[in-house]
Amino acid sequence: MGRRVEAGDLIVVNVDLVMAHDGTAPLAIKSFREMGGERVKHPERVVFVIDHIAPSSSEDVSKLHKLMRDFASEQGIENFYDVGEGVCHQLLAERHVEPGMIVVGGDSHTCMHGALGAFATGVGSTEVAAVLKTGKIWFKVPETLKIQVEGSLPPMVTPKDVILHIIGEVKADGATYKAVEYGGETVRQMSVEGRLTLSNMAVEMGGKTGLIEPDEKTLEYLKSRGRGPGKPLKGDRDAEHAETLNFDVSRLEPQVAAPPTVDNVKPVSEVEGLEIDQVFLGSCTNARLEDRRLAASILKGRKIHPRVRMLVVPASRTVYLQALREGLVEVFLEAGCVLCNPGCGVCVGGHQGVPAPGEVVLSTSNRNFVGRMGCPEADIYLASPATAAVSALTGKITNPAGWKP
Amino acid sequence: MKVKGQAWKFGDDINTDIIISGKYKFKTLDMRELAKHAMEALDPKFSEKVKPGDILVAGKNFGCGSSREHAPRVLKELGIGVIIAKSFARIFYRNAVNVGLPVVESPEASARISEGDQVEVDLEKGLIRNLTKGETYSFKPIPPALMEILREGGLVEYLRKAGDYKL
Repeated sequence: MGRRVEAGDLIVVNVDLVMAHDGTAPLAIKSFREMGGERVKHPERVVFVIDHIAPSSSEDVSKLHKLMRDFASEQGIENFYDVGEGVCHQLLAERHVEPGMIVVGGDSHTCMHGALGAFATGVGSTEVAAVLKTGKIWFKVPETLKIQVEGSLPPMVTPKDVILHIIGEVKADGATYKAVEYGGETVRQMSVEGRLTLSNMAVEMGGKTGLIEPDEKTLEYLKSRGRGPGKPLKGDRDAEHAETLNFDVSRLEPQVAAPPTVDNVKPVSEVEGLEIDQVFLGSCTNARLEDRRLAASILKGRKIHPRVRMLVVPASRTVYLQALREGLVEVFLEAGCVLCNPGCGVCVGGHQGVPAPGEVVLSTSNRNFVGRMGCPEADIYLASPATAAVSALTGKITNPAGWKP
Repeated sequence: MKVKGQAWKFGDDINTDIIISGKYKFKTLDMRELAKHAMEALDPKFSEKVKPGDILVAGKNFGCGSSREHAPRVLKELGIGVIIAKSFARIFYRNAVNVGLPVVESPEASARISEGDQVEVDLEKGLIRNLTKGETYSFKPIPPALMEILREGGLVEYLRKAGDYKL
């Protein structure tokens, strides 16, 4: 292993994996050229993904997509995922990240890969450009905020409810500059998919990354996708954590983040009954197979409320295909959902499912900011796939725990 | 480096979707065009009202949310000379330095400065002078390594000249 560093040290490190998507890569390419970049230092460590407005919605967007394709081809970037392959973070988890890697991405939710034991964090486009040029990046070694979660989750309470509850307590800036480390029996019991949901939202409390110590489940997840164990990552047993927060989730109610901030979290019972116009089951937070299975188990044989539009967007082509094989796609279509190709468009208000002023959206994504989905006068509530699916049936925010078909 | 201008006040948790909405930023690299929409969720006329050299003063966690570098870039495009906040979200802080937009953490200045105050910031000395109120606030100066990037006008110029990090 490398040299020992202390929190607060400024260090320059080699980057194992750098990702950018169509929202950030075009500006990175521009900066790369402007800083005198000619050849990408390690093209094999670069991943480009077109997912934010995919397929393109206009000629202007198409020009930016083409800029990415041309650059990748010129620089020999083979890890290029074009329209329809999936959400960038999901593709990295499925195909690239290993424990112990240093991963940076031109997207704030890059912190998700902490769930696989990688140090992964979001950066801006010019820093992506600097990594393309030098292969390196500087970091201030962060302090750690340790979050211990204990207790068995009640029925219909999911990892999403756990992380919303945590963010509601820690608040939007409670982990700023810190590496979040999740531990405890509840986290160990969670599947890797559930852990990815926890780590994905570390940035919503300001965290630099959202680490989880790899275990047999992590190794099995990697092995089943043709990858090795990477470098072992273990929390220092004697580490002086900046702070440890303990959570008991054994009686946790499903949680909802009300607009306009992610830390405005309430038990679902406090907002129950609010009429909704659109439900979004998707995003890098909750578009994996387990999320699909859970929602489909609720929707099976039923119809969504006539007033509600429900958009279902899988995280990747792999997830889509598996959902198809398991019959979940049929369940969604029979229930009246709209199925879109994998991507980020709905969550970021780029080109899909933009709500009208005054409408209420219930979303499984990670942000409910004003204007997030493209309309500043619409309200966005965040919840789990279970809450989203049950609420789509009733047409109003509904507690899935008390729901009877 | 000294910056002097008129203060514009904003509250806590000003996120990147407020600074520049995702519905615009994916469509162009033309920052002048994007800058017209800066802060429009809070003040649709903001881009017309600010003058080069003006200063943003905000509460805690300024720039939280997305990693979009377009956020500091559009503010720089409008001529904002420095952002003073109680605290910053970390990706925004890095991005601001990388595009050559100074960022200063000062809970005191964030609380004391009112909209319209004339303010002067000395980045090296770590001093903020409120010329309207006749007050002075100090802040922990920006680390020298980052100051070097700022003096070059951002990471693009820094790496164009140096070729690699000199930290």
